[in-house]
Amino acid sequence: MNLRLLVPMLAAALLAAPGVHAAGPLNVVTTTEDLAAIAREVGGDRVKVEALSRGYQDPHFVEAKPSFVLKLNRADLLIAVGRELEIGWLPPLVTQSRNSRIQPGANGYLDASLTARILEIPTGQITRAMGDVHPQGNPHYWLDPGNGRRVAQAIAQKLSTLRRDDAAFFAQREADFAGRLAAAEKRWDALMAPYKGTRVVTYHRSWPNFAERFGLNVIGYVEPRPGIPPSPSHTLDLIQEMKRQNVKLILVEPYFDLKTPNAVARETGARVVVLLPSVGGEKGVEDYIKLFDYDIDTLVSAIKETGAR
Amino acid sequence: MDLARRSLPRPRGIEMPRSPLVAVAVLTAAMVGRAAPVRAQAAGPEQIEALRRELAQLRAEYTERLAALEARIAALPGGAAPLEAPTLPPEAPAEPATAAEVPPGSAGAGGPAGPLPVYGGMGSKVFNPDIAVIGNFLGATGRNDVDPTPSLGMEEAEASFQAIVDPYARADFFVAFGPDGAELEEGFITFPTLPGGFLMKVGKIKGAFGKINTQHPHVWSWTDRPLVNLNLLGEEGFADSGISLSRLVPNPWLFLEATGEVYRGESEGLFAAPRRRDLAYLGHLRAYRDLGESTNVEVGGSFLRGHNDQGPGSTTRLWGVDATLRWRPLRRAIYHRFLARTELMWSRRELGDSAADAFGFYVSGDYQFARRWFVGGRFDQSERADDPSRRDRAGSVVLTFWPSEFSQVRGQLRRTRYGEGTTANELLFQFLFSIGAHGAHVF
Repeated sequence: MNLRLLVPMLAAALLAAPGVHAAGPLNVVTTTEDLAAIAREVGGDRVKVEALSRGYQDPHFVEAKPSFVLKLNRADLLIAVGRELEIGWLPPLVTQSRNSRIQPGANGYLDASLTARILEIPTGQITRAMGDVHPQGNPHYWLDPGNGRRVAQAIAQKLSTLRRDDAAFFAQREADFAGRLAAAEKRWDALMAPYKGTRVVTYHRSWPNFAERFGLNVIGYVEPRPGIPPSPSHTLDLIQEMKRQNVKLILVEPYFDLKTPNAVARETGARVVVLLPSVGGEKGVEDYIKLFDYDIDTLVSAIKETGAR
Repeated sequence: MDLARRSLPRPRGIEMPRSPLVAVAVLTAAMVGRAAPVRAQAAGPEQIEALRRELAQLRAEYTERLAALEARIAALPGGAAPLEAPTLPPEAPAEPATAAEVPPGSAGAGGPAGPLPVYGGMGSKVFNPDIAVIGNFLGATGRNDVDPTPSLGMEEAEASFQAIVDPYARADFFVAFGPDGAELEEGFITFPTLPGGFLMKVGKIKGAFGKINTQHPHVWSWTDRPLVNLNLLGEEGFADSGISLSRLVPNPWLFLEATGEVYRGESEGLFAAPRRRDLAYLGHLRAYRDLGESTNVEVGGSFLRGHNDQGPGSTTRLWGVDATLRWRPLRRAIYHRFLARTELMWSRRELGDSAADAFGFYVSGDYQFARRWFVGGRFDQSERADDPSRRDRAGSVVLTFWPSEFSQVRGQLRRTRYGEGTTANELLFQFLFSIGAHGAHVF
């Protein structure tokens, strides 16, 4: 009985061997849409890029769906944000992928954070009493265009090792992207220049790189501690602090509930602004430069309308 | 050993364990070896002379310090009488250094010089496995005459040790500490990238029969094991030592995974394998498909066969079907989700000449209605594997609160109508808490 059932099953599994990956575009899978956007900039038509999570989704809490296993099974390259952002869902997917190319340490696994500038790396003792702290620093580093450029370089290098013949192609595309990004940065800097030092409150600690790059002053968070939902006492403290410092903007990621931010806004006369931490957070925000276009435009018009300083 | 004892006899009057003496001898040898950077065996006469001098100097220092220490002990109020000055044998010379076998790789034998490697420094700690402990505290009120659980009990503490072994494998150990002692709940090595797209697990594994059986109790949405698992797979479910091989079955429509497993055939309350050939076999097929970005459905079929304790050649066969529907909107993934699941199982247990056919199932639903709150319900029904005329039924309502992702508080109202005819109404409550780095769970 056992053999009668098992043997055909395994035989069927064996016969249907997966396809060979020699020719055609490289299959690149990224954990977030931001990395996918940058990989597309660099890889052009020589790569096929798919992101596992969506831009309007909390990247800490993605479900490790079996359909992702299928995508990873075919991948030639997996690019992860790193810094333990995906610790809750990526490792079992990689284990189940049955794909030796993308196992940690293999040539087809790229941790994009390795060359990025990382902020908020904790020093001293950390415990979970501090909430969901990331022991290796804040993983939302892609929100600084400088890091976008570094990630693009890392991806270009990695793609070149996987496809040596296309190295020049990737290098040229990477340089082109860096050029466009630099031009866009000038635009963003000009837009933000009058508002340097504007005080804001954010929901989660998603914005340290963005705030540092564009001169925002984050004075508090809706979450009492990273990953811990708002508590009444913390909300009251926050309202007082916002009133004291006359803070007019509350920046919220699209995946958080707006109830508490709205309540705080009512009490303080501030405005809730849904800012996008990722490409794909809204329709039309489909590449890395458009992400900052959207965020800077949204921010600047909110600052103008509220008179925030 | 012999050498150490001969050359450094224990000073009279001082009780010293032997091993420190050995350590001293080895250390001395190592130090001398380092001071004179030569192959001990190939030492020339002048080098031996140098060693001799150095050792004499060491000996003098040693004697001096001991004397000083004794003087201080004697000076203590009520201190011991002065100990006899330790006398080192006159011929304790360079021989230890010349004759001591320096193990290959240690200082002086071409290995790394410097102090002996101290394990536990940063360099070795980074390779320590991820360690976590999950506490499962279970309380019960109400009356249950058939299957009573304690009023208050530290049901289980699960320690997990997980790490990557080498470029080819990872290992996961789960040790459960319960009222009956420690038990290896699971402990296996996983080879994720075998040729042919196979994933292999070897070790003690929770068999891939249905959904609940593979999961650890702390990931269930209830405090208890459903009746069908309890009655047909045994108190602790089916877990055994064996080998598991699984593979994706490529097709354009859905995720399809085939698993074949071979076990020793020993699982409490289910299988007994007094002979080597009494192996148990398991086959599992799992299909999954996204029905959109928020909704997905999963269906599985399982078969399990092994030998039971009803005499040689007497087997138990089990068939199972499971289905799961999940909904979780991506934009509000941390606030709302719904999961509906059912598992049906059929058991055929041979009892000598006759056979007992039993059937059971459960249906459950769980809804997260706020970031920290879950509500759920479950209906259970199952016949007993060796006495299908007895049929147990239960209905439960569950409310769970998550202070954070690392702790949960749960209450479960359960009404069970046992096959004996008695009814039990109980309130079960549970505290689950996790410390350390527990690896993410398989979907």
